[in-house]
Amino acid sequence: MSKSDSTTLPQAEYKYGFVTEIETDVVPIGLNEEIIGMISAKKNEPEWMLNYRLKAYRHWLTMKEPAWAHLTYAKIDFQKIRFYSAPKTNANAGKKLEELDPELLKTFERLGIPLLEQKRISGVAMDVVFDSVSVGTTQKEALEKVGVIFCSISEAIQKHPELVKKYLGSVVPVADNYYSALNAAVFTDGSFCYIPKGVRCPLDLSTYFRINAKDTGQFERTLLIADEGSYVNYLEGCTAPMRDENQLHAAVVELVAHDNAEIRYSTVQNWYTGDREGRGGVYNFVTKRGKCQGKNSKISWTQVESGSAITWKYPSVILQGDNSVGAFYSVALTHDHMQADTGTKMIHIGKNTKSTIISKGISTGQSSNSYRGLVRILPSAEKARNYSQCDSMIVGERAKANTYPYIENRNRSAVVEHEASTSRLSEDQLFYLKSRGLDQEKAIAMLVNGFCKDVFKHLPLEFSVEAVKLIEMKLENSIG
Amino acid sequence: MLKITNLHANVGDKEVLKGVTLTINPGEVHAIMGPNGSGKSTLSKVIAGYPGYEITSGKVEFEVNGKMIDLSELEPEARACEGVFLAFQYPVEVPGITNLAFLHAAFNAVCRHHGAPEMSEEKFAKFVAEKSKIVEMDPRFLDRGVNVGFSGGEKKRNEILQMAVLSPRLAILDETDSGLDIDALKIVAGGVNKLRSAERGILLITHYQRLLDFIKPDFVHILSAGQIVKSGNSSLALELEKEGYNAYIR
Repeated sequence: MSKSDSTTLPQAEYKYGFVTEIETDVVPIGLNEEIIGMISAKKNEPEWMLNYRLKAYRHWLTMKEPAWAHLTYAKIDFQKIRFYSAPKTNANAGKKLEELDPELLKTFERLGIPLLEQKRISGVAMDVVFDSVSVGTTQKEALEKVGVIFCSISEAIQKHPELVKKYLGSVVPVADNYYSALNAAVFTDGSFCYIPKGVRCPLDLSTYFRINAKDTGQFERTLLIADEGSYVNYLEGCTAPMRDENQLHAAVVELVAHDNAEIRYSTVQNWYTGDREGRGGVYNFVTKRGKCQGKNSKISWTQVESGSAITWKYPSVILQGDNSVGAFYSVALTHDHMQADTGTKMIHIGKNTKSTIISKGISTGQSSNSYRGLVRILPSAEKARNYSQCDSMIVGERAKANTYPYIENRNRSAVVEHEASTSRLSEDQLFYLKSRGLDQEKAIAMLVNGFCKDVFKHLPLEFSVEAVKLIEMKLENSIG
Repeated sequence: MLKITNLHANVGDKEVLKGVTLTINPGEVHAIMGPNGSGKSTLSKVIAGYPGYEITSGKVEFEVNGKMIDLSELEPEARACEGVFLAFQYPVEVPGITNLAFLHAAFNAVCRHHGAPEMSEEKFAKFVAEKSKIVEMDPRFLDRGVNVGFSGGEKKRNEILQMAVLSPRLAILDETDSGLDIDALKIVAGGVNKLRSAERGILLITHYQRLLDFIKPDFVHILSAGQIVKSGNSSLALELEKEGYNAYIR
C-alpha cells in the first residue's frame, strides 16, 4: 500500500489533470509470473483465468514491440510499471455505490460523472474504472429487469464464467499483437456487457476510465456481446492526471454481434497529452475490434481522439456474417508534441458486406497525425462494398499529417472507393470568417467543427456537444 | 467616416495601389469603376485587412466613437466589429457550418465587442428570417452549409443578407454584380437600396455601369493603374459607358 503522490505540472488547460489522494492497494512494480499470480489472487480468480494469463505472458515474452507505426518514443521499460493499483477502500467489491470512499465520489463528481442516484445522468448506465479496478456500476437493477448484464469484467469472471470463457479472446486472440498479449496477461478491469436475444438495451451503456496512481499502467479489458436481434449504444470516456512521467494505457476491447444485432460504440478519448514541451502524457496502445459474427449484424466505431501523448489505435470490424455492416467514424486532433497513428481495419468475409470509413485528422503545433487503414476483401466476400474518406487538415507550419491507406481486394465483384485529401487550413475561409467579426480562435474552431461534421453527426447527442466543446477548447489552447 | 490618404499598397512585391485618396461620409454611396487590374479589389481587401496586402505608405482611417483611427492597427475581425463590411466578389464555401450558425456567431461576436447582450438562437432565427426578405432569400438556405452548393447569384444574395444582419456603418461591395443575370441583379441591387441609410456609407466596386442603373451612386471615381484618375457624379458613369475606359486610362 502506498499513498499517491501529488506532483503535477502547473498547466491550467487540462481541467481533468488533478490527482486524487487516496490509499491504494498495489502490487510491486515490475512484471513477472509472480506478479501475474498476485493480480489473479487479488481478484480471487478461478484457475482457468490464471492459466489464460500465464499462457499469454509466456507468449508475450517471445514477441517484439511493433515498430511500423509512425511514432517516436523511448522504449517502454515494463519493469518500471506497476501493473495493479486499486483504491484500498474498494477492497470488498460488491459494495453499494453509496458506500464508496467519499474521495472517489468527489473525484468522479469533479470529472462530471455523478455516481449517486439523485444526480445520475438519465438514460445512461455507467461503469467506472479507477486505475486497475471498477469501482461501481450504476443502474444495474434497471438493466437486470430486461436481462442485460452490465458489470465489471472481474465480476463477470466470477458470476458469468461460461460467457467470459466463450468470448474472451474470440475477437482479439491472445497472440494477435504485442499489446494484446500483454493485456491478456495483466488486464485488471474493464466492462462486461451482454445483451440477450431480441433486447433493445433501454439505457445507453457507458464506461469511464480514470488513471490516477503514479507509475501505474491501466490495462483495460472490455467485452461486449450483442446476442441475436439486440441493440446497444455504448459510450466510453477517459481522463488522467497531469504527470511528468508517461503512463501506459494498453486496452483490449472486443465486440461480438450475432445475427441482426447492432452495436454502436463511441469514444471520447481525452487522456492527458503531456505538457507543451512534450513531457509526460499517456501512451495509448489500444486494440479494439468488433466481429459481425451473425448475418445482417452491424458494428460502428465512432471516436474522438483528442488526448494522449501517443495514440496507437485501430478500431476494426470483421465482417463475417452475410450482409453485415461495419463503420468507422473518427476525428483525431493532435496538438503540441502529440503523436497519433490511428485508423481502422475492415475485413470483409461474408457476402454483401458493407463498410464505411470516415476519418478526419487535424494536426496543429508540432504534432504528427497519421491515418492508417486497411480494407481487406477476401475471396468469399461476394459483392462487398467499402467507401473510405480520409481528410487531413494541417494548422500551422510545423504540424504533420500522413495517410496510409491499404486496400487488398481479392474478389472481383467487390467495389472499393477511396477518397483522400490533405489541406492546410484555408486562409480564404479563415479571412472570410474574420471579416464577419469572428476572432482567430473562434474562426478556426468553427472551420474545424465544420470539417469534422460528418463524424460528429454519428455521435450520440450529448457526446457530440461534448466533442465540439472539447475540440474548441483544445484549439484555443494550442493555437495563438 | 472613411478617409483614405495617398494610399500605396503592395500585393507581394508588386505595387498595386499608387496613391489613392478618397473620403466617404455617412449616407454617401460611392462607386469605384475601373478596368481589370486597376486595383479595385486590392483597395477593398486593404480596407478589410486581408493578409498579404501590405500598406507601404499613406493611410486608411475610419471613424470609431467619433475619432478617426488608423485601420491598419485593427485586426480584420476588429474592423468588422467596428462596422466595416466587405461583400466578397467570390464568397468562399464553408462546409459543415450552417448559414444560420455562422450568421448567429458573427452577430453575437459584434454584440460582444460592443458590450451588448447576445441574442438567443431562437430570437436570432426569427430576426434572420425577417432579414432574408430583403434579398428574397428562401429561409431554407439558412440550414445549408455556408455558400455550399449555392449558385453565383445565391452567394451574392447571401453576402447582402450578411450585410443586413450585421448592419455595418461602411459596406464595401466588391463586384457584387459580376456573374449575375438581370433578375438576380435586380434582387441584389434592391437589397442594397433597402440598406441605404443616412448613417451608412457604401462603396460599390464595379467594372460595369449596369449595376449603377439600379443603385444610383452619389459619386463615381475612375480607378486606373492604382490611382483615381477622375471623380464626378453619377453622370460620369454614363460618359464612361459611352467612351470606354481608354479615354481615361493613363
